[in-house]
Amino acid sequence: MPLIQTSGDPVSDERLKAAPALLRVTELAVGFRLPQGVVRAVDRVSFDLKPGEIMGIVGESGSGKSQVLLAIMGLMARNAEVTGRIDFAGQDLLSLSRAGLDRLRGADVAMIFQDPMTSLNPYHRIGRQLAEVLIKHKGMSKDNAHRAALAMLDRVRIPDAKRRMRLYPHELSGGMRQRVMIAMALLCEPRLLLADEPTTALDVTVQAQILHLMQELVRESGTSVVIVTHDLGVVAETCDRVLVLYGGRVMERAGVDRLFEAPAHPYTHGLLAAMPRLSATRLQSLMVIPGAPRAAGLKLIPGCPFAPRCERRIERCVEAMPAIEALAADQQVACYRPYAAQSNQPKVRTI
Amino acid sequence: MSGPAVHEKSMPVLSVKDLKVHFPARAGMGWLRSPLTVKAVDGVSFDLMPGEILGVIGESGCGKSTLGRAILKLIPASHGEILWSGRDVTNLPEAAIRAGRQAMQIIFQDPLASLDPRMTVGQIIGQPLKTFEPGMKRSDLEQRVTATMRQVGLNPSMFNRYPHEFSGGQCQRIGIARAIITRPRLIVCDEPVSALDMSIQSHIINLLLRLRDELGMALIFISHNMSVVQHISDRILVLYLGREMEIADRDALFAAPLHPYSKALLSAVPIPDPKLSRQRARVILEGDTPSPITPPSGCVFRTRCPIAIDRCAEHVPALSSYGPRQRAACHRIGEAVASSLADGVGSANRPGRGPEPSALS
Repeated sequence: MPLIQTSGDPVSDERLKAAPALLRVTELAVGFRLPQGVVRAVDRVSFDLKPGEIMGIVGESGSGKSQVLLAIMGLMARNAEVTGRIDFAGQDLLSLSRAGLDRLRGADVAMIFQDPMTSLNPYHRIGRQLAEVLIKHKGMSKDNAHRAALAMLDRVRIPDAKRRMRLYPHELSGGMRQRVMIAMALLCEPRLLLADEPTTALDVTVQAQILHLMQELVRESGTSVVIVTHDLGVVAETCDRVLVLYGGRVMERAGVDRLFEAPAHPYTHGLLAAMPRLSATRLQSLMVIPGAPRAAGLKLIPGCPFAPRCERRIERCVEAMPAIEALAADQQVACYRPYAAQSNQPKVRTI
Repeated sequence: MSGPAVHEKSMPVLSVKDLKVHFPARAGMGWLRSPLTVKAVDGVSFDLMPGEILGVIGESGCGKSTLGRAILKLIPASHGEILWSGRDVTNLPEAAIRAGRQAMQIIFQDPLASLDPRMTVGQIIGQPLKTFEPGMKRSDLEQRVTATMRQVGLNPSMFNRYPHEFSGGQCQRIGIARAIITRPRLIVCDEPVSALDMSIQSHIINLLLRLRDELGMALIFISHNMSVVQHISDRILVLYLGREMEIADRDALFAAPLHPYSKALLSAVPIPDPKLSRQRARVILEGDTPSPITPPSGCVFRTRCPIAIDRCAEHVPALSSYGPRQRAACHRIGEAVASSLADGVGSANRPGRGPEPSALS
């Protein structure tokens, strides 16, 4: 019976904590030029990622979470304006040339997308697509590349890998395709892996397989990971640290245990309380965050984007965005009135 | 909110008996092509009492949506019986059941796609009334529509707006208003919150629970999201490849799932609590769901089952009762229960009221 204990502690190793950041994003802003003006999708987002660390970016639609990943990867639309700094292993990715980016992408930085069907080439066999990465980035011969690709498919536990190398993407199930994507991303042993909703399209049973696999491979190779997701359960199970985005801005940044134990930002607090839980018995009703998520707009608002839905709002919230301040060693929050640290699990309130 | 308003003596809103929905499929090439069938739903039975919420869970392709549509006779059943409030509608022509349709409604997954973009919100919500009560005065109809809008939390001043002007959560409220305006006895909710943002999901779940309490209709709540299903349901049906694996009261299922598939499915759900999730041991299923065109022999789950034995490949396990309101289809449940009792685990399986198969095949 495949009883599996989910993997060990989050990165608590002192040595790791002291390590310099592999990725440092500073004041990242992404806007899109439209005939009507500039729409701001991401605004002044900053974070660090240490080697071997898994960070989750959580947010609802329009929070800018995917745009952060695309900006790191340099995959921006033509009408995008990106400002700030993205330092990766000593280079500023935003000032890198196209050729410089091409050397990095696929080799040092790899990405997994939500829908593996649209990110694999339907015309080429799996084996060829995998080998191409190695031929291009590592200059391997065709034979060696095929051998390495086969070994990688074994590593992501694709049964009967030899036969599957000869299949086309449409001949594989969703879970298998996502394994192929992971295999492809890990082929060149990247130092940074970006995953945009990697399991959202999959069934829970397959999601459990894929997350477990990703964790295992990443821990083995010391790769740093950024996972973008809207599922707080996925965050709790896989991440070391969490970045909570709303309306393109950072609401809260915290270690995973801290975030779930003592969410400080009213938005994080509300999200956790609004979530139905498997463990709890049915409550009177779920707590709700009033209103709807804010869509990125043309108008720059001076205050906190969450203010219109926030029950702890004061006048100042609408006038000026609060700065990010540290509440604890592993928790920073952008709020004038964060929940106090001792408040444990969010209280349930009926509306 | 006080439990389900289930009256033991009242007649079920819906009875489904050995329901099968098979679709023709083709495989092979040229003249070697042979007609095959996809057994989307294959022998499902249950009763649904007024005011009860039945959650239907399972992986993609397990037949949950097909079941929901077959119940409403939106697709024909291949075998079995469907009774609406005691009336057998399985083989009745559309004209004969048309009037009964106002008691049976549906809410869809994609809130915007299920609303006609050229109709105003008032027209959309009022349409079922126009259909079923054609003689109704216009002023009465408008009154019913605005009252229903208020009931689902929509501002009646939006009566003349179009669907594209609304957010996903509001569109879902419009869909719900359209479903409840005829005062149905049953609503099939097919993944009603899956397309919504997480801070909006709780709005809709709370709304559905409140409407159930106010109006007393039964719900069939189809979802792949286990925690949502657990929160809303009174009873839960677990489907795998069109077959009923287990059906049980919500608390019984989540406290002590009997079928190995139910166990695996529940343990695969990520828990939003990092400490707890690090402690728990999980059953991670290998592989993917087999094709419903060529399902495994015997128990359909056996190819992924961690405790399958030879017998599972030979005989289809019958759905047997374990306790008053828990049924499961597995050859090995008796043994599993015995061993868990021996280990002193399985708090819900106390001796005395412990599961005893009453209809072992």
